[in-house]
Amino acid sequence: MPDLRFGTGEPTPLEVAAVDAVVSGVGPATVAVDERLVVGGRGRAAERRNLLLPALHALQDAAGWISPGGLDHVCRVLEVPPAEAYGVATFYHLFSHSEPAVDSTVHVCDDIACRSVGALGLVDDLRSAGHQVRSSPCLGQCERGPAVLVQRTGAVDLSVAAASVAGIGAAIGSSMSSSPVVLPQAGSGSLRLLARVGVVDPASLDDYRAHGGYAAMEAALEIGPDAVIRELTASGLSGRGGAAFPTGVKWRAVADQVGRPRHVVCNADESEPGTFKDRTIMEGDPFAVVEAMTIAGFAVGAEQGWIYVRGEYPEAAAGLAGAADAARAAGLLGSDVAGTGKRFDIEVRRGAGAYICGEETALFNSIEGYRGEPRNKPPFPTTHGLFGEPTAVNNVETLVNVLSIVRDGGAAYAALGTERSPGTRLFCVSGRVVAPGTYEHEFGVTLGDVVAAAGGLVDGSEVRAVLLGGAAGSFVGPDRMDLPLTLEATREAGLSLGSGVVMVFDQNDDIVDTVRRIAEFFRDESCGQCVPCRVGTVRQEEVLVRLGRGGSFHDERDLLDDLGSVMRDASICGLGHTASGAVRSAIDLGLLGGVS
Amino acid sequence: MGEPRSLVELTIDGNVVKVPEGSTILDACRREEIDTPTLCWASNLTPVNVCRVCVVEVEGSRVLVPSCSRPVEPGMVVSTDSERVRTSRRMVYELLASSVEMDRADASVHAWMDNYGVRPERMGDREEIATVTQPPKVQDELYVRDYERCILCYKCVQACGDDAQHTYAIATAGRGFDAHISTESDVALPDSACVYCGNCIGVCPTGALVFRTEFDMRADGTWDEDSQEVTTTVCAFCGVGCNLELHVQDNSIVKVTSPADHSVTNGHLCIKGRFGWQHAQS
Repeated sequence: MPDLRFGTGEPTPLEVAAVDAVVSGVGPATVAVDERLVVGGRGRAAERRNLLLPALHALQDAAGWISPGGLDHVCRVLEVPPAEAYGVATFYHLFSHSEPAVDSTVHVCDDIACRSVGALGLVDDLRSAGHQVRSSPCLGQCERGPAVLVQRTGAVDLSVAAASVAGIGAAIGSSMSSSPVVLPQAGSGSLRLLARVGVVDPASLDDYRAHGGYAAMEAALEIGPDAVIRELTASGLSGRGGAAFPTGVKWRAVADQVGRPRHVVCNADESEPGTFKDRTIMEGDPFAVVEAMTIAGFAVGAEQGWIYVRGEYPEAAAGLAGAADAARAAGLLGSDVAGTGKRFDIEVRRGAGAYICGEETALFNSIEGYRGEPRNKPPFPTTHGLFGEPTAVNNVETLVNVLSIVRDGGAAYAALGTERSPGTRLFCVSGRVVAPGTYEHEFGVTLGDVVAAAGGLVDGSEVRAVLLGGAAGSFVGPDRMDLPLTLEATREAGLSLGSGVVMVFDQNDDIVDTVRRIAEFFRDESCGQCVPCRVGTVRQEEVLVRLGRGGSFHDERDLLDDLGSVMRDASICGLGHTASGAVRSAIDLGLLGGVS
Repeated sequence: MGEPRSLVELTIDGNVVKVPEGSTILDACRREEIDTPTLCWASNLTPVNVCRVCVVEVEGSRVLVPSCSRPVEPGMVVSTDSERVRTSRRMVYELLASSVEMDRADASVHAWMDNYGVRPERMGDREEIATVTQPPKVQDELYVRDYERCILCYKCVQACGDDAQHTYAIATAGRGFDAHISTESDVALPDSACVYCGNCIGVCPTGALVFRTEFDMRADGTWDEDSQEVTTTVCAFCGVGCNLELHVQDNSIVKVTSPADHSVTNGHLCIKGRFGWQHAQS
C-alpha cells in the first residue's frame, strides 16, 4: 500500500454500494503479490484518479451528502490522499458536507434573469413551505424562469422551469423530468444548427437518421480526416464558447501532434449567466453532438471523447449518455466505428456546480479528479490538454456546426453570414422580450433584428440596456440596436458576442442590483487560486453593495478602475480577465448613476 | 553540470540579454539584477504562479505574464516596470494586505509594499470588508497554524506533497475567497495524516505557520528576532547529514530551519531534525 494515511470514518453499506458501482472493475491500485513483489502503485493510482468526481457524485446521489466515512471509502478505493479528496469535494456547489435533514434540496436560480421574474419571492415561499432551499447561480433556463434544480437523494435530479411552489412539490415526488425544449423558430426552413430541435425524437437514433443524421459522418469517412480539417478551415468556423478561436486551426494543431493518446473534449459546461443555447441542442438533438464528436475524433486521430456537462443539466446529461449508448449499440462508437476499424468512444462526465470548470484547463483538471483550478497557458490544450495529452476541446455549438460543414462543404458554409464572421450563430434571447428563447441567425443580423425576431419588447417596455455576451460580456445602450452582430463589428466596438447572450432590460428593471448580482456571481464562482481574482472579485462586489446603499460613486471610481485593471491584467484565466467587464460597461453607460 | 544549453536572446527593459534556454523570465531578471518581488515562488518548490506579484509585461501578450513560471523565448520583449506592471503589483499587495495580516511577512515584502505605495485601507473599513480573520489553530506542542496570516500561496501544500514530503496531509479546500488550507474534513492536526516534519513552516512566507515556541513567545512579548543567534550544525539523529540552523535566543533553541540551497535537504527536514532538539538543552 502507498504510504497514505486514511481516516477512521465508517461508510454506510449504501455508500459502499454506490461508490463500488462507479469504480467497479478497477481493482486495487496496488497489489501485494507476495511478501516481496508489489505491483501497481502511484502511477496506477494516478490513472484512476479521474474516477474521483464520479465517485463523489455517487455518494451525493445515494446519501445526499459527502459524509466523512463515505469520502474515506472513496479515498481507500482510489488511493487518493484524503486531504486532496476533501479539497476536491468542497470545490463544488452541488456537494453537501452536512447530513441532510430532508431528501431533497431545491436550488433556486436567483441570477440576473430569474430574479426579474420573481425568483426571490419563490425562495421565501419555498422556505415557508418547509423546503430546504439554496440559491443558485444561473441555471440556464433564462427563457422560462424562475428556474429550479431539484437535487434528490436516491433519485435523479430534475429541472423545473417556470417554477412554483406547487410545481416543485409535484416534481419532487415524480419520476419524470420536466418540460421539453420549446423552440420559437421550430420548423423554420432557415435553421441549420437547430433544424432537428423540437422536430426529432431526441431519444431515437432511427429518427435522427431519418432527419439527415450521420450523413455528415458518411461524408467525413469518404473524404478522409485531412479533408475534413481542410473543409473546416475553409468554412472559417470559429469557437462559439466566447474566444472565437478558428476551429480548423485548433484541429490541425492536434492532428499534427506526434503524441498519443489524443482526446476530443466537448465543453458542455454551459454556465455563463444568461446562456442556454447548448442546453437547447443537447436536450433537443443529442445525437448531433455525438456524431460531431465522432467526426472530430476521426479528424484529429483521437480515440477517446469526453463530454463534460454542467451538473445543473441532468436532462442534457442523461440524453447525451443515452445517445452515446445507442450509437455504441449501433456500432457507431466503440472499437470499430462504422466498420472503419478505428476506435472512438465517448464518456459523459457531470460537473458538480462550478462555473470555472467551463474554462478549458479547469475542465481538464475537473475530469482528472483535481480541483477545477485553471492552468497557466501556455502550454495550450492542443499539446498539453486532458491528462497532459493533445486535446481538441470545443463547445457544443461549435461542434454541431461541423456537421453541415462536412456535409455541404466549407465554401457553402462560408457563404453564410459575413466574410469575417461566416455561418450562423445561436442567440440566447431573454429579458423583456415577447418570446424569449434560443434563436439561430446568420452573423451580421443587428441587435435590433434579434430583439424583433423574439417578438420585440413586451408591452410598455423601453430598452434601458442590453446585456450582450453574458456576465463576462458588456451592457450596451438602446443606441446600439443597429449594431451588426459579427465578430468584427463587436470587437471594433470593444464588445464581445461571448456565448450569444442578448438579455434585455427595461426602464423598470433595477440595473444597479443586476450589476451587483453579476459582481456577486464572479465572487462566488472565482476558484480562489490567484490573488487578483480571489480578492478582487470580493472587493468589486463590496464596492457595488456600497453604491447600492447610496455610497458616492465619485469616491469609489479609482478603486473600481484599479480592481478592473488588476483582474484583467494579472489573473490566471478568463474569469478574472472578464469579471469587471460588465461593471465597467455599466459605468460607461451611466447605469450606476454618477459621472461616466 | 548537465548538458550544455544554448542561449536565448531577449530584451528586458530595453537591454538585450542572453540567458540559457529553459530559464524563466524571473531567472533572467535575477541574472540582470532586476529586483522582482515574489510571494508564492521559492527556489526549492515548483512554481505555481498564483500570487501574481511577479507579473511582467511581454510584448504581444494581451495580459501580463507571471515571470516565475514563463520560460524565456527568443526575441521576447519584457518590461518589468511599466505602469501596468506597477498597478497590478501594487493591487496584489493591496488586496492581500486588506484581507490578511501581513505584519509577520518578510522584511522584503514590506519594502516592496512601500516601494509601490500600497494603501490597503482604501479597500474600505476593515470591520466591514471581508477578511480571513480567525483564531489561530493551536492543536499540539509543535506548531501553530495561524491562518489569518495565510495568503494562500500553496507553498505548504507543495512542501507537504510532491515537492518534498509526499505526505499529502493538507490541501486547498473550499472555493474562491473561502478557499483555505485544510486537513481532510478539517480534522485537527494530530488526527490528520501530518507527520510533523515541519516543512510547511519552513516555506511559509507570512508567519501563518510557526513553531509553538515562537507563537508562545510572541504571545508573551518575549520574541526578539534581533537578539537571536543562528548556529549552523549537522543533525545528529541519523547519517543523512542534514544541515540545521539553530535559532537561539537567551541560550535556548527557539526554532530550527535548514538552508534552502543545502544540497542534502533543499531546506526540508524531518520531525527529528525540526523539533527534536530538547536533548541538546538538557
